[in-house]
Amino acid sequence: MAVVIVICSLLLAALVVMLISAPLRAASRPGSAAPAGEDGARAPDTASAERRAELEAAREAKYREIRDAELDYRTGKLTSTDYGVLDAQLRSEALTILDEIEALGGAVPEG
Amino acid sequence: MNPARKRTVRLVVALSAAVLLASALIYTSFSAASPALTPSQLLHVAQPGRSYIVTGTVAAGSVHRAGSVLTFDVRDRAGATAVPVAYTGTVPDPFREGREIVVTVEKHGSSYVGERNSLITKCPSKYKTAPAGENQNA
Amino acid sequence: MAGLGYACLLLALAVCAYGIGASLYGVRRNRPEYCASGRRSIYALAVILTVAMGVLEVAFLSNDFAFNTVAATSSRTTPTFYRAAAVWSSQEGSLLLWAWLLSLWSSLALFLTRKRMRDVAAYATAILLGFGGFFVSLMIFYANPFATSSPAPAEGVGLDPLLRFPTMMIHPPMLYSGYTLCTIPFAFGMGALIARRLEADWLKVIRRFAFAAWLFLGMGILLGARWSYSELGWGGYWGWDAVENASLMPWLTGTAFLHSLMIQEKRGMLKVWNVSLVLATGTLAIMGTFLVRSGVLNSIHAFGGATLGVPFVCLIAVLIGGSIYTVVSRRELLRSENRLDSLLSRESIFLANNLVLVGLCFVIFWGTYFPLISAALTGQEASVGPPWFDRYTVPLALILVLLSGIGPVISWRRASLANARRNFMAPLACAAATLIVLLAAGVAHKTFAITMFCCAAFVFGSVGQEFVRGTRARRAMAGEAPARALLALVRRNRRRYGGYIVHLGIAVLFVGVAASSSFQHASELQLGPGQSTKVGAYRIRYVEPTASVTPKNDRAHTGSTLSLGAVLDVTKNGRHVATLRPSEGFYASGNPAEGSVSSLIGGQAVSHIGMDGGITRDVWSAIAPNIEAPGLKRIVTAGNATLPPEEAGIALVYLARAYLRRPPPTQFHFLVSPLVMWIWLGGLIVFGGGLIAAWPAPSAVRSRVAARSRARALRGLARA
Repeated sequence: MAVVIVICSLLLAALVVMLISAPLRAASRPGSAAPAGEDGARAPDTASAERRAELEAAREAKYREIRDAELDYRTGKLTSTDYGVLDAQLRSEALTILDEIEALGGAVPEG
Repeated sequence: MNPARKRTVRLVVALSAAVLLASALIYTSFSAASPALTPSQLLHVAQPGRSYIVTGTVAAGSVHRAGSVLTFDVRDRAGATAVPVAYTGTVPDPFREGREIVVTVEKHGSSYVGERNSLITKCPSKYKTAPAGENQNA
Repeated sequence: MAGLGYACLLLALAVCAYGIGASLYGVRRNRPEYCASGRRSIYALAVILTVAMGVLEVAFLSNDFAFNTVAATSSRTTPTFYRAAAVWSSQEGSLLLWAWLLSLWSSLALFLTRKRMRDVAAYATAILLGFGGFFVSLMIFYANPFATSSPAPAEGVGLDPLLRFPTMMIHPPMLYSGYTLCTIPFAFGMGALIARRLEADWLKVIRRFAFAAWLFLGMGILLGARWSYSELGWGGYWGWDAVENASLMPWLTGTAFLHSLMIQEKRGMLKVWNVSLVLATGTLAIMGTFLVRSGVLNSIHAFGGATLGVPFVCLIAVLIGGSIYTVVSRRELLRSENRLDSLLSRESIFLANNLVLVGLCFVIFWGTYFPLISAALTGQEASVGPPWFDRYTVPLALILVLLSGIGPVISWRRASLANARRNFMAPLACAAATLIVLLAAGVAHKTFAITMFCCAAFVFGSVGQEFVRGTRARRAMAGEAPARALLALVRRNRRRYGGYIVHLGIAVLFVGVAASSSFQHASELQLGPGQSTKVGAYRIRYVEPTASVTPKNDRAHTGSTLSLGAVLDVTKNGRHVATLRPSEGFYASGNPAEGSVSSLIGGQAVSHIGMDGGITRDVWSAIAPNIEAPGLKRIVTAGNATLPPEEAGIALVYLARAYLRRPPPTQFHFLVSPLVMWIWLGGLIVFGGGLIAAWPAPSAVRSRVAARSRARALRGLARA
């Protein structure tokens, strides 16, 4: 019985070591240049990719604000004057974000 | 009043309200609290009219029920001093002789009357951590 | 087999240590392969702990009494269903459950974030592995679930009958999922602060886990309340017990966080609030675990030995100190981008909501830890009871419900007074109408209940108004039929309308709480068969006694040996209301020294409630049959003297027959509680609304909506 337990423990330990060391082995293999996916080495434009993600999140939040403001107006919480002012302000803020995304380069995807 | 000043005023008002409420809270907690005592401590300090929380073990052979009143003795966890309590109200399922209990009592003459529905029985000792290798028998 | 389990724990500790090192090295030296390795350590931890959990479950299911925990909490006569749940009834097993759930949820969180927030995720990995390592160390050094004894006992003690309820299977795992899920936003929040990366993306990730934590913790709390009410013998659902409070506190800060997160998204405000709330929620979750496991406070739940107290206090000190230091040192990152425009705005209502929730949390915190605080300050340990808690939480709860009705009706940024006045008419009318009806019904003296009912009516009015107006607006835009418009409205504005449903649920829940606490009839009765008594408007009659003897090998139900009870007939004004069948189950004590018959019924006795629940009221009763009554005691003593243990079961049959033939007058606890069902219904509405609010829109819809929004944004500006 004890032998079975020892063998099982060793097998489990081996499995764990293999699982954990896979990224290290992949990185040290010669010629492994920036594999894609979760183990990818830092891409040269990671900083800008992360800025892009940040801007996209801000853009979604701004779109939501615009729609919320419209819903507020249609359910009677905002007068039409207030809504007009707020709406224009939010749209210009949205365009600033869209411009920044475009400036980061590449086509702006729909969505 | 310019906006910055308005904001400072709002902040000050809010903080003062918070401090006042917190003080009221803290003050009443000290005055409304019932000190938790062992039976021997209870015998020393108890005064009629004040309520006390007493914790201890239910003394063996002391549990009697007469109608809706349950009488039992509460003993020090490690000691022989026991205090008689007359209790009405819900009796928790785990209650029995030898179990640890917590009950709020008030001194009436020479006996103690348990506050209604204040009896708590602690879960039995088998939940305590056992040192490795020791044979478990509750 | 225990050796394999223990080996798993050692391996787990090694993996945690490695993972922490790898993640920190990877993030500080910019070596992403080490970060990836660190993340995989969490996956590995999940695998290892699943094996460990499996070993323990198999031990319980196969009655391997060599394991100390199996011998202490299970037995051959414990039904299979409860043997599986007994794994987490002990200190050791529950620590393993905590660590296992932590590893599972952390693996999910890190898998979902594997492609973004690399820095933050690496720090979060290290923190989560730190928690995992802490609990694994507790198991290795203090409370080993795989400790064995040799020779193995032939029979175990059995699962405490108090725990032999179906809820036992769900309540601990649900609650522990809630607690462990609270540590994930904590880890990501800390990680974001340490890495100095606090932009919009971080919010999106954290919100999902904060919501999951809120959902599971909330359901766990509600299940606990339901268990307490419908299956334990005291008839209450909330006692301000230390452990109940410990689980409520992180839920309150979590709720505050989910709300003020919206403000940070929209206006870039309340950043300090948000990080503080996220860190507080995680810390309070650990403190809650500490309270339950260390026995440091007198509580009906006080499991656990004093030995665990010291490590937990150290961990909590590190969490609090670390949180404060990180927030203070990063405060320039947390400056608000905007200011509060006006006190009459949804932002300011959210801020007030935050204050009330944190205030509630503080009150509960103070009251719960007061024994420790007073012992530290005055040398005398003292505690405050439910009346003190009620005095402060009741007004705060009223304000909370009121705010949840005001919020939906006010616009963002700045609401105009005239507009607000118009929007409040309908909800105020609802409240006023309710007040008139209640006063006419003659319940003017119950001020708390009346105020709560009026606040709830206000909420019903404002939420109803929102749905009506929204549907009308949708119909005006898209020309759909009312039902379709309503559905489309909710689907396209999930967060808003899901949130409204949550508020509705909270109002329903508090109506139930107010009604059942202010209008409850409770009494202790002593009845003999055929006797009846009046309680309020109800007449209760003891119809006949009931008794049943379960054969020794019966694995059905809960494994009780003898069950004594009664049939009660409840009528009101001559009309039949309910038939209740409360009973008390007796269990074997496993201690043969008590006597052959006494040991069969000398174990824990458990009340089985007789209850008739309805939408308007619950009729509830518990019975406490006197097993020491002279007629019954005579049979027990005779049996102890004459019957050997294998034949002692026959005495139970005699006991049952004697009880049926000549039942002694018996003690009953009887309750009529109005609207208790509303509490559970309210809870379901809250969680349903939460799911609607948090459900992500399918990506096709999202990109359609986004494309349309972009086009409109451009068009709008061209117009301006």
